[in-house]
Amino acid sequence: MEAVSKQKEESIKSETTTMSGSDAIIQSLIDEGVDYIFGYPGGANMPMYDSLHQMGEDKIKHILARHEQGAIHSAQGYARSSGKTGVVFATSGPGATNIITGIADAYLDSTPLVCITGQVNASLLGSDAFQETDITGVTSPVTKWNYQLTKEDEILEILAKAFYIAGSGRPGPVLIDISKDIQFKDVEYAFEKCSYVKSYIALPEPETEEIKEAAKAINNAKKPMIIYGQGVILSGAEKELKELVEKADIPAANTLLGISALETDHPNAVGMVGMHGNYAPNLKTNECDVLIAIGMRFDDRITGDLNQYAKQANIIHFDIDKSEFHKNIKANIAVLGDAKETLRATLKLIEKNNHESWKQEFADLEAIEKKEIWDEILHPTEGDITMAEVVRKVSELTNNEAIVVTDVGQHQMFACRYSKFKNTKSFISSGGLGTMGFGLPAAIGAKLGAPEKTVVSFSGDGGFQMTMQELGIIMEYGINVKVIILNNGFLGMVRQWQDLFFDKRYASTPMQSPDFGKITEAYGIEYKKVTERSNLVDTLKEMLDHDGSFVLEVKVKEELNVFPMIPGGAPVTDVRLK
Amino acid sequence: MEQEKEYTLFVYSENHIGILGRITNTFTQRHLNIESLTVSESEVSGVFRFTIVTISSPSIIKLISKRIERQIDVIKSGFFCSEDIVHQEVAMYKLSTEVLIDGLSIEKIMRKHNASILAVEKEYFVIEKTGHKSETQALFEELRIFGVFEFVRSGRIAISKPMISFQDALKEVAEGAKKQKIS
Repeated sequence: MEAVSKQKEESIKSETTTMSGSDAIIQSLIDEGVDYIFGYPGGANMPMYDSLHQMGEDKIKHILARHEQGAIHSAQGYARSSGKTGVVFATSGPGATNIITGIADAYLDSTPLVCITGQVNASLLGSDAFQETDITGVTSPVTKWNYQLTKEDEILEILAKAFYIAGSGRPGPVLIDISKDIQFKDVEYAFEKCSYVKSYIALPEPETEEIKEAAKAINNAKKPMIIYGQGVILSGAEKELKELVEKADIPAANTLLGISALETDHPNAVGMVGMHGNYAPNLKTNECDVLIAIGMRFDDRITGDLNQYAKQANIIHFDIDKSEFHKNIKANIAVLGDAKETLRATLKLIEKNNHESWKQEFADLEAIEKKEIWDEILHPTEGDITMAEVVRKVSELTNNEAIVVTDVGQHQMFACRYSKFKNTKSFISSGGLGTMGFGLPAAIGAKLGAPEKTVVSFSGDGGFQMTMQELGIIMEYGINVKVIILNNGFLGMVRQWQDLFFDKRYASTPMQSPDFGKITEAYGIEYKKVTERSNLVDTLKEMLDHDGSFVLEVKVKEELNVFPMIPGGAPVTDVRLK
Repeated sequence: MEQEKEYTLFVYSENHIGILGRITNTFTQRHLNIESLTVSESEVSGVFRFTIVTISSPSIIKLISKRIERQIDVIKSGFFCSEDIVHQEVAMYKLSTEVLIDGLSIEKIMRKHNASILAVEKEYFVIEKTGHKSETQALFEELRIFGVFEFVRSGRIAISKPMISFQDALKEVAEGAKKQKIS
């Protein structure tokens, strides 16, 4: 017996190597398959940077942001375009607090991130030491999980757990705070990937009964409608969604984050629901007999007044997170599980169907929307350039194959409404949190996550100025992103609300911008400005053909409102065309 | 408008630093107050049991319970109305020993409330009473005229009436956690 255990002990020993805590951290990131770290060094994470410098730089590329917020938004863009977990490094105190906006954003938009922050020495914790912040305390409401490491022998287990938790189930941000002292201590290194946490069911087992009921309801529906969200993309269920849409012949609308899970030109695609969504799916929400919600969470920007939302419909809700069931909207059938798995199981029971006349009702409403809104802003022949036409031209010139990244505001809504997509994971935007300043850094990350794709980012003049220091990343690493600033001289979305609900009192929404050309020039990045429609297409082509990054500023119409619009808190049937 | 009433939540979790904050945050988010909170190790070694009393509507308490269970380190969360639990609290009262000189009235009160004396010192003595909040409060009201130096009541501890075993739930979660994504 003794000989056996001794042998076992020796064999374990022979598989391990002694290294410093910081080396072990970097080595485990390498073994997890991390290829990029987005970060910023400081006092409390210096040992990790030193290890990265000495052992990892050929295996992991570090992208030095100009502000930690830029680092985390880049990591989010990377995660969303690649489907992998984004990794962020920040130091203690201000470094850590600067990533909180991105963590909150990733939490609401279910983006897998592992954020590694340095912390003061364990012996100093709680003493208000230099650059000490209780970052696990501060981030606990906005992280899927977090942990403060103060024991070197826990490093490997906790990091492996962090990647497993961030990327599995409903993904989300995880923060690991590591005290500086243990980064220097010896660790016995042996990599072991985590695939099990005993208190955490990543993939709930679907109930056969619920699936049968859902299939039955779908088969018997006369006026079914699908609303799909990002859950479809996160679980890789695009194929299953398409099969369901086609086999049962159901009109399918998307949420903002669901964009690109199904191609825009699919005959059953009916556009977006919500405040600035399309006319037909918003109105039809309150007419359909079966509403099939897949991987979406009935956000208030989608439902408007909950008491007047789809009251007539039999609601089927597919989600991996049971705390989303009945949170905002009571579902009649709640199908718990990973969308790919539950849709596959449901599809086996789905009968081929045809809903031609029901689909025609959507088409009729779409025709009204097009006549009332689209024609004027998509194909104007005179007056100022509109955001909508820029967005649509970019789709046309990129064959609907570009990854579109947006900031937050009016341009974001125009980008949602008028961009077209062929491929999944092609639309990256801050949905739940609505973070201005997200666009530029997220586009940088998106390009690194999908280097073969053309990445075009749209920002307004306001949001661009929130994180424009990240042009520094583009300069330093030569990242080929096409950055379009749609400049209307206003904080446009707030101005729109002031126009509609505050009697046009434009409080602090007119905004002066710097000379973006000079700024871009300072970073050595190509820049053009378009003020006339006659130059628009040629300059867009020049931007797209240019071998490298490009900033294009387009002077657009100052006061143009996004329509349709459902006023906040109003029922979906109150969708206004003007 | 849904009627609000008292609920007792049970939360079983791993004993990790910060989990208490994550649980109480869930209440803060919904703008709910916690009436009482007790934490102790459960029948399963290493697993901690939170007993939380709150006043809420039936739909909100369901959402809160699911939201708590969503936490990675939480194994199971559930809730009961007062009718479905056997519960108890303990209260302690510190009074001046001088009060005992007029022993008769104190004795009567103690007998009436089935309370006991936990400690007697030269200057003070301590009464202990277990019972529901209304019972420990009733004793407090009667003792008040003698001057109560300190009064403290523990959080509620409770046992559910239905014959459900947490150990089964624990096994179920541990089993469910093994499932891996297949593409």
